[in-house]
Amino acid sequence: MRYRIALLTIVTKEVRRFMRIWPQTMLPPAITTALYFLIFGTLMGQRIGDISGASYMDYIVPGIILMSVISHSYANVVSSFYSTKFQRHIEELLVSPVPNWVILAGYVSGGVCRGLLVGTVVIGISLLFTTIPVNHLGLSCLVFLLTAILFALAGFINAVFADSFDDISIIPNFILTPLTYLGGVFYSVDMLPELWQKISLANPILYIVNSFRYGLIGVTDIDITVALTMIISFIVALIIFSLYLLKKGVGIKQ
Amino acid sequence: MKALSIRNLTKTYGNGFTALHGIDLEVEDGDFFALLGPNGAGKSTAIGIICSLINLSAGTVRVFGHDLVRHSEKVKQCIGMVPQEINFNQFETVQNIVLNQAGYYGIAYKEALVRAEKCLKQMHLWDQRHTVSRRLSGGMKRRVMIARALVHNPRLLILDEPTAGVDIEIRRSMWQLMREVNEQGTTIILTTHYLEEAESLCRNIAIIDKGTIIKHSKMSDLLAQIKVNHFILDLADRLAQPPVVEGYDIVQLDSQTLQVGISGEKGFNQLFLELTRQGISVTSMKNKSNRLESLFLDLVGG
Repeated sequence: MRYRIALLTIVTKEVRRFMRIWPQTMLPPAITTALYFLIFGTLMGQRIGDISGASYMDYIVPGIILMSVISHSYANVVSSFYSTKFQRHIEELLVSPVPNWVILAGYVSGGVCRGLLVGTVVIGISLLFTTIPVNHLGLSCLVFLLTAILFALAGFINAVFADSFDDISIIPNFILTPLTYLGGVFYSVDMLPELWQKISLANPILYIVNSFRYGLIGVTDIDITVALTMIISFIVALIIFSLYLLKKGVGIKQ
Repeated sequence: MKALSIRNLTKTYGNGFTALHGIDLEVEDGDFFALLGPNGAGKSTAIGIICSLINLSAGTVRVFGHDLVRHSEKVKQCIGMVPQEINFNQFETVQNIVLNQAGYYGIAYKEALVRAEKCLKQMHLWDQRHTVSRRLSGGMKRRVMIARALVHNPRLLILDEPTAGVDIEIRRSMWQLMREVNEQGTTIILTTHYLEEAESLCRNIAIIDKGTIIKHSKMSDLLAQIKVNHFILDLADRLAQPPVVEGYDIVQLDSQTLQVGISGEKGFNQLFLELTRQGISVTSMKNKSNRLESLFLDLVGG
């Protein structure tokens, strides 16, 4: 009961934080994705034609939805937890009888809430341009949720190690964004030369995008069982690593 | 039962600097305790360890019998912490800061609302409860931190220089608040640079210097060690040279001001009789410095 109240307190605080600044958190992804759909889907898509039997617009919709989930679940936790460290109100949590797993679950849940909310907004925008056929609703929802959890955890770890505001923008700008664009959002890996197809297999976002695409339009470049196993393995590994960092007090205790 | 019992507490930071060299410290339940020391003496490190903000290197810390390492959640339930620096979210309202802290301690929202109201009223902040905290004055921000620390009814309240940088009027009102909290049964540990504050509020004292406890006693016993008090006398008329009074150490600061060292057994009567006999008229008298301050400087070699 005590832990549940503490968890709810952290989650409520986090949700209130990103809702308070909704013009910064909710509006930009709606505008950006509308432009993606307009330029890549409607204008260029007609010239590109079908990929794996799906229209180009339908093909890019799952990836664009997940792009917004990835970037917003990550951004929410990395900025919020780093600000908590920077302004020192992490001390409010450290002096309280809140176990580390509750701190982790609270911040990750906050990131998941924002990721899923932004993802839902983007789904709404995409419905203005196309209809989304849902082949496997359960799988789609599962990947949608797991993606938000995975990148919220990654954001948390980034925030733990960050010593400056530069540190919280380096990974999103120089690692996450390239991986997302190279993760098969706008193309099929079958279109790449053989060497780049093999290199692409090392990109975790490729598995996520293809799982979600399979759930929605039934098209994938990757075996779904392998993809789900990889996503869940990443999540378990990041949870264990995050709890280890909190136990050691890395970045938050001397 | 001891509110706090520290044995052989040692802290060595990652850069090799040892901030605490195996200190021992005990604070009785219900006490108002002063922990004094110059900057860099180890006060904040000791408090950081007690409050789980800093990992200890060796030794034991027990709070109301609970071991800090083995039963950290029970220890945390007992402690309320008011840090030296502002450490709340400056974009939150005053009430939300206190309510969030109650939530972290597992207090249900309805109960938290009642407690937050009580604490904010006690700290005279109820009218500011919907104010975003960054808009508050420095004194109000410090009171927010005290209200936040009290919301879970801690048995031990730790105040790390709570009145640093606030004006004298607010400082006096905060002293009164701290006294009230202590009278209600909460043990208080206070670190401060205002030695007048420690002398006025605290019953027991420890002085820490270079990571070692160099004094740990009752405040009254410590003050009794002061052998000579110095006073400044303002004179009605100018003097060419300082008067000589046997048994008193008199120094002339300027033509109308004397500094007199008076030992406890001598007293004032003999001094004033002799000055009157010599035709010297005293218009006013004041302590040269706070008594504890003199002793503190002697102990830490200032």
